[in-house]
Amino acid sequence: MRIRLKFTKFGKVRFTSHRDVARMWERAVRRSGLPMAYSEGFNPRPRLSFGLALSTCHESQSEYLDIDIDPERADQIDMAEILSVLTQHLPDGLAAVGAEVITRKTPSLQQAVTSCTWQIDVIETDEETAAGAVARALAADELVVTRQRKGKEVTDDLRPQLIGIDILGPTEDGVRIVAELGTKPRSIRPSELLSVFEPPLRERRVTRLNQWITDDLGERREPIVCRSVASAAVGAT
Amino acid sequence: MESVWTRLESLLPHVQKPARYIGCEDGSQHPVHGSGKVSWLLTYPDTYEVGLPNQGLQILYEILNERPDAVAERSYAPWSDLEALMRSEGLPLFSVDNHLAATDFDLIAFNLSAELVYTNVLNCVDLAGIAVRSANRNDSDPLIAIGGHCTFNPEPLADFVDLVVLGDGEEVVGEITEVVAEWKRNGKGPGTREGVLRTLASVPGVYVPSLYEVSYDGPAIVEVSPKYSDVPERVEKRTIADLGDWPYPKSQLVPLTEVVHDRLNVEVFRGCTRGCRFCQAGMITRPVRERPAEQVKSMITNGLRRTGYDEVSLTSLSTADFSGIDQVIRDTVSEPGCDQVSVALPSLRVDAFTVGIAAQIQRARRTGLTFAPEAGSWRLRQVINKLISEDDLFEAVESAYSQGWRRVKLYFLTGLPTETDPDTLGIADLAQRCAEIGRAHNRSASVTVSVGGFVPKSNTPFQWFGQNTSAELGRKIGMLRDATRRNRAVQLKWHDPKATLIEGIASRGDRRIGAAIEYVWRHGGVFQEWSEHFNHDLWLEAMAACGLDIDWYVHRHRTEQEILPWDHLSAGLHKDFLWQDWRDALDQVGLEDCRWTPCYDCGACTGYGIEHVVASATPPAGGSQGTGVRQAPEPLIPATLQVRAAAAVPST
Repeated sequence: MRIRLKFTKFGKVRFTSHRDVARMWERAVRRSGLPMAYSEGFNPRPRLSFGLALSTCHESQSEYLDIDIDPERADQIDMAEILSVLTQHLPDGLAAVGAEVITRKTPSLQQAVTSCTWQIDVIETDEETAAGAVARALAADELVVTRQRKGKEVTDDLRPQLIGIDILGPTEDGVRIVAELGTKPRSIRPSELLSVFEPPLRERRVTRLNQWITDDLGERREPIVCRSVASAAVGAT
Repeated sequence: MESVWTRLESLLPHVQKPARYIGCEDGSQHPVHGSGKVSWLLTYPDTYEVGLPNQGLQILYEILNERPDAVAERSYAPWSDLEALMRSEGLPLFSVDNHLAATDFDLIAFNLSAELVYTNVLNCVDLAGIAVRSANRNDSDPLIAIGGHCTFNPEPLADFVDLVVLGDGEEVVGEITEVVAEWKRNGKGPGTREGVLRTLASVPGVYVPSLYEVSYDGPAIVEVSPKYSDVPERVEKRTIADLGDWPYPKSQLVPLTEVVHDRLNVEVFRGCTRGCRFCQAGMITRPVRERPAEQVKSMITNGLRRTGYDEVSLTSLSTADFSGIDQVIRDTVSEPGCDQVSVALPSLRVDAFTVGIAAQIQRARRTGLTFAPEAGSWRLRQVINKLISEDDLFEAVESAYSQGWRRVKLYFLTGLPTETDPDTLGIADLAQRCAEIGRAHNRSASVTVSVGGFVPKSNTPFQWFGQNTSAELGRKIGMLRDATRRNRAVQLKWHDPKATLIEGIASRGDRRIGAAIEYVWRHGGVFQEWSEHFNHDLWLEAMAACGLDIDWYVHRHRTEQEILPWDHLSAGLHKDFLWQDWRDALDQVGLEDCRWTPCYDCGACTGYGIEHVVASATPPAGGSQGTGVRQAPEPLIPATLQVRAAAAVPST
């Protein structure tokens, strides 16, 4: 039995890394008494698999992980209680908000997710400047970034991965942008997007709003249909 | 009192590992401050990853927060990237619980477990916005306190701290709280700081360096005398009589980010009477106080359930000596819900019995097992009173390789008293013979040898010994490299002799060394225990600039008559006991473990009217047990061993 969970990450805990979050989940699941399945071998590890990494300092209202349940004890699982039990054992700022039983044939999160919607608050700019930068990016044929990979310089064109972008309006000290960025062949980070703008924009706070799976027909859906979604206020501490 | 969180938050995206500054650990307290409460900032003067697991700090954090008249928060040294931002933004040292400025606290108490962090103490005090020299502080500034093993010679820090706590902190923090509460009620008015320090000096275990005058004749100390008649001439350490009364930490902190020793820790006993002469910890924490087995078990099971850890470490100076250790471990791993838990024994004794225990519990891959024979020859092991025979070691190693371990790590010291080149080369010989034993079981078996330079410490029989120069330590390490170079199964690692030298300066330095510590700090020398920051030349420059002779402080043998800088501070050990043990060392005479043999009156029990608390009347089975004589495989009561009547089984 495999369960796909959706969780949120807000507040001080956003300063922890992807690896830190994985460890927090491992301990929380162990404490909750959920009958996890363990890997075989000398050093058995609980079988948890995470989706796309979230950068340290970014918040999210839609993170996912899959947990394998010990098949012999699967009847101990109470899907009605699972979200509150897990949230109780997670640190402040992490909360389980959705759960669904999936099959072993369900493609992994890493494989399935094709794009993410990001809320990006930028500072030291105004709405007009930001709008101009966004319009130029949309009109460009290519948006080239250079990055270091294994000691070599690699260039990528971000333009095909910029699926959609909108200026939502002014914030207290800048502008709020929402953008959908592709994850194939690799995940584009919001900071990379900001760096290709002219002029480049500076991020203040970034929140992942959604992860999307687009099928062959172009239909877009989220990795699970949430049974209950806590009303997490975007950007709240 | 205002949280600095919002200001800190905007800096965190620009630093490495920001999670170490957010707090939020499971088990963290939520202290509510109030005018009637004394506030403590418990500070570890190294990074969060190194400091968070410190059990001493966590114990005091809980004990203080349980008191109605106290609150305690925690702080750690910010890494250089954040420190630079804090200085440019004017952000002070802060607590990680409520993110309050350090100056919002009544006391800032540092835990000192190694000498190279001393410059970090000055840096933290300065980052707090407080004068680094105690003489320059204002009446209302927080009191700067230090505790931990290094405080048995606190003299190099004497000019920078207001008070020093010697020994176990569990009880004395309450007594200090009461004195400071009174001072706080009276408004900490002008001119009252020295008064409160004088009152604190009358609390047993508290040493106030500014209330003592040190007089010198040339380099030698002539006298250390109290400035006032109500200040004690000699400060005795504190010792809790029974560890069973202190089942702390009850809620061990579970950090959100990776730290060293990231597992549940349960202290199974405190103190050690094996009597290894180089070991300061074993000398200053006497007598042995075992935690009742039932309490150990409940701390393990409750701790695992609460934290979600899958590993527990049973801590002490020699865990295999805990009475009935095998039963405790068997019970732990058979507990329902503990089927995936592994147990770590951080201090393995060198014998086959101990390896047998390790084999029972090691659930993870059997990659490496560590032993500490400490010296390369039986002669030298008699000098240091680490009475492990070659048979003990070879049987332990045989047992390890035959049960599936593929790598054995051996710890040694070099630069020990009376050490000759054949003694040093004995290290290579032992390692090669261990590797041969290993190869009989596994072709890829290997031995890692880790060699550290010996630093003599205060309150040990070796406090009179002149430390080897770094050139001499380097020569010995070079000799070992040559001797092991051709053997691919033996890997040699060593501690930088230059760092050993600097540790030696602080280890037995007096008040005059403070000037050099301040010089190094003022010239940017922080995080000196980190090899990427360690600056040997800066220390040499500082010593020269302050007119201090390294040779005199580090490499010189002391005489019996010499007044040592820490003679007015007592770990309970009689100076004539230590001197006799030093003479015995030079004569290669061993001393038995007094847990199971008659008292030889070192002073630690008799002076304080306390006793060992051990559950077993006999030494554990296996090996020669530090006696150099084979012990029966099943514990029997040998005729020569006696147990003092009062060393009874503790009540739970």
